[in-house]
Amino acid sequence: MTHQPPARDSHPTGSTGAPTDPTLWGLVFAAWLVAAVSSLGALFLGEVMGFAPCVLCWYQRIFMFPLVFVLAVGLFPLDIKVVRYAFPLAATGWLIAAYHVLLVAGIIPESATPCTQGVPCGQVQVAWFGFVTIPLLSAVSFAVINLILLSITLRNRP
Amino acid sequence: MNRKALFITVAAVLAALFAGAVALYQNQQAEAAARAAAKNKESLVRFHSPSLGKADARVHIVEFLDPACETCGAFYPFVKKMMAEHPDDIRLSVRYAPFHQGSDEVVKALEAARKQGKYWEALEALFASQSTWVENHRPRVDLAWPVLARVGVDTDKARQEMQSPDIARFVSQDVADAKALDVTKTPGYFVNGRPLVSFGYDQLRELVNDELAATAAKRQ
Repeated sequence: MTHQPPARDSHPTGSTGAPTDPTLWGLVFAAWLVAAVSSLGALFLGEVMGFAPCVLCWYQRIFMFPLVFVLAVGLFPLDIKVVRYAFPLAATGWLIAAYHVLLVAGIIPESATPCTQGVPCGQVQVAWFGFVTIPLLSAVSFAVINLILLSITLRNRP
Repeated sequence: MNRKALFITVAAVLAALFAGAVALYQNQQAEAAARAAAKNKESLVRFHSPSLGKADARVHIVEFLDPACETCGAFYPFVKKMMAEHPDDIRLSVRYAPFHQGSDEVVKALEAARKQGKYWEALEALFASQSTWVENHRPRVDLAWPVLARVGVDTDKARQEMQSPDIARFVSQDVADAKALDVTKTPGYFVNGRPLVSFGYDQLRELVNDELAATAAKRQ
C-alpha cells in the first residue's frame, strides 16, 4: 500500500476513521491472546521450570515477545495497520520455529545447527503425549498468529 | 462488556493464571526436594567433607558449592557471618558440585591444599580472586595455583597429591550425592536436612533461624 485509499468509501468505517467491523477487533484480540499465552508459556518453561532456552528458542522469543505489545497497541483504538507491523515478526518467528521443529525431528542434521555451546537445539527437553515438543508449540502459535493476520487482511480488503 | 474491559479482564486472568502456576509449581518442587532430601539422608553428610563449627552444633548447614561459581563466593561470607552470630550453634559442611567445566580440577587442588592444612584459607582466597582464574566461565587450575601459593600451599606437592585416587573418589562421591539430592544449581543449601528451595539471602537466613528456633524449643 503506497498511498492512502479513500477508505471511507470502500469499506465500513466509523466517524473516527477506524473500521467498525466488530470481527476485526476480535481477530486482532485473538492474535494478541495467542502471543500473550505463548510468551507467558515460554517464560514459565524457561524461568520457572528452569529449561534453559537454546539459541533457536531465543530467536523465537525475540519474535514472539514484541507481538504481545505491538498487537495490544493496535487494539486501542483498533488500528488494522497493526497487521503490517506484526506480520514480519510473526512470519520470521514461524520460519525459525519451523526450522527448529525440523531439526528436532532429525530432518535437518544436527551438524547444520547454529548452536555451538550451551543447550543443543536438537535436544528434546519436553515431549508431552510423546510428540508435543516446545518448538512444535512455538511453530503452532506462530502459524495461528500468521493465519489470523492473514484473515484480517483478507477481511479488510476493499 | 466493552473492549477495554474485556482486554483488561483477559490480561488480568492470564497474569493470575501465571502467578498461580508459578506458586503451584514451586510448591510441588519444594515438596519433591524435601522428599528427595529425606529419602537420601545418607547422601547428605559424608565423613570426608570439610566442616567448620562444633560437631554437636544444633544447626548443620550442608552447602554444595563450586569454587568457580560467583554466587557461591558471594554467599560464603554471608554464611560465615551467620555462624559468627551464633558461634556454638551452627556447623558448616562443604560439599562439591563442580558444574563449571574444569571446576573438578580446582576442587582437587583445593582438596590437596586441605591435606596441607590450608583448606579454608585456600577456599577463601579462591573465592576472593575468582576473576583471575575463571576466564569466560572456564575455571583454569593453572591460573589458580598462584592464588593457592599466596596462602602458603606447597603447590608442587599439591599438584602431585591432587592426582591421588582417594581425592578422585571423594569428588565423584560428592557429584553423585548432589545428583541424588537433586542439586542442580550452586550454591545448594541443606539446613538440618531441609533444602533451601526458594533461593536468596533472606530465605537462607529464615531457614537457619527456623531451625535455630525449632532446636531451641526441643532442647528446653
